[in-house]
Amino acid sequence: MTDFVAPDRIAMDFTGAGDGRERALALLLLSMADDEFVIGFSDSEWTGIGPILEEDVAISSLAQDELGHAQALYRLFAEVVADGRDADAVAYDRPSEGYLHARLLDHGRGDWAATIARRWLYEAADAARLEALAETSFEPLRELVAKIRREERYHRMHVDAWLERLADAEGEPRRRLLAALEAMGPDAGTVLSPLPGEPALVRHGILAEPFAAIEARWRAEADGALRRLGLPTLPPTRDPQSARTAHSDVFRALHAEFTMVRASEVGATW
Amino acid sequence: MVTGTRSLAIGLVPASRVAETHVRAILARVHEPEIPTVSIVDLGLVHDVRVEPDRIAVELLPTFVACPALEVIRGTVADALAVLGRPIEVSFTFAVPWTTDRLTPAGRAGLRAAGIAPPTDPAAVRCPYCDSAQVARDSLFGPTLCRSLYYCRDCRQPFEAFKPV
Repeated sequence: MTDFVAPDRIAMDFTGAGDGRERALALLLLSMADDEFVIGFSDSEWTGIGPILEEDVAISSLAQDELGHAQALYRLFAEVVADGRDADAVAYDRPSEGYLHARLLDHGRGDWAATIARRWLYEAADAARLEALAETSFEPLRELVAKIRREERYHRMHVDAWLERLADAEGEPRRRLLAALEAMGPDAGTVLSPLPGEPALVRHGILAEPFAAIEARWRAEADGALRRLGLPTLPPTRDPQSARTAHSDVFRALHAEFTMVRASEVGATW
Repeated sequence: MVTGTRSLAIGLVPASRVAETHVRAILARVHEPEIPTVSIVDLGLVHDVRVEPDRIAVELLPTFVACPALEVIRGTVADALAVLGRPIEVSFTFAVPWTTDRLTPAGRAGLRAAGIAPPTDPAAVRCPYCDSAQVARDSLFGPTLCRSLYYCRDCRQPFEAFKPV
């Protein structure tokens, strides 16, 4: 797992984050921020072309929420690492291989069923992660998590209703949902795959328990919900050791798009 | 609406005698940028006001983490307090989560005046125009992060409702 943070893999410098605690905290913050950023950006691709007007508005709001959460987490990361980069620089000025989002989010927008499947798998795992951070000893994160959890309740309501609707539908909607779950199921657990330095997070009270324990609880709950809807349960995680490092061409295309403005003019804002 | 707050402020105050009550009185006239009938005080955004010899610090609570109006609100607050003749520092904090319980009765009335149902249990939402309870939620998500879309079956008016958080 140590190559997970090797500079040649991630192309970023953690020298500002000194001891084991800070380094592990920085990685935790960056992985969470990248998750929220990438799913937010993927979902924003529905803006203007949502299947119905209300869903266009809904998915755009969800995307905006996730990007806002990412921004707040990038700010915390920038404060911890304190290497002179601000949140925008962290978000936009890395090469595609420097992003640490979970492989589940590498699948791209896909059709509506794929979007719902990805959102449902991610939101449930993210909720389990946020729960394990509710009493974190890192005060700024504890405050932010309290705020984010209140907003995420709406995300769960939205995606739970849609999963049920697609699962209960006859024919094509259910077929598409099953295909999406089959494609993404093996990557669902990557959101909760262990992070390097994780023992330090638990030892310092930043994370309530190891990710393996969080993952087991999430998996039991997710499988229960899937069974109630007559859907297949989740397979084991594929390649857990590259859960956050091996990115797809779909992500490289997304990265080219979201860095386009910054790349065309250094320090550009809009 | 983000203009006009300066002219509504209480006038120039000698810098040596600025009191927290002056600051709060000015803030009570700063409106939420998209809801001109509700002040940021009645919306419950003001977390802390500190008057110090060399600056005035105001801490605000974002309604939603991703609220795009934050920078507008920051600028409006700084402009409104400029009459106090001291450096103004406006910051946002998550020290306590903003919740809809922070709305004052005047804030709730102001929302209704703008055609927005105040936050409540979804089953208890009433039409801000005719007060009917015969309403249906069209969409959990609305034109801004903090609002849902409803329809009144009595006066046949679509309206927005502030989300409870």
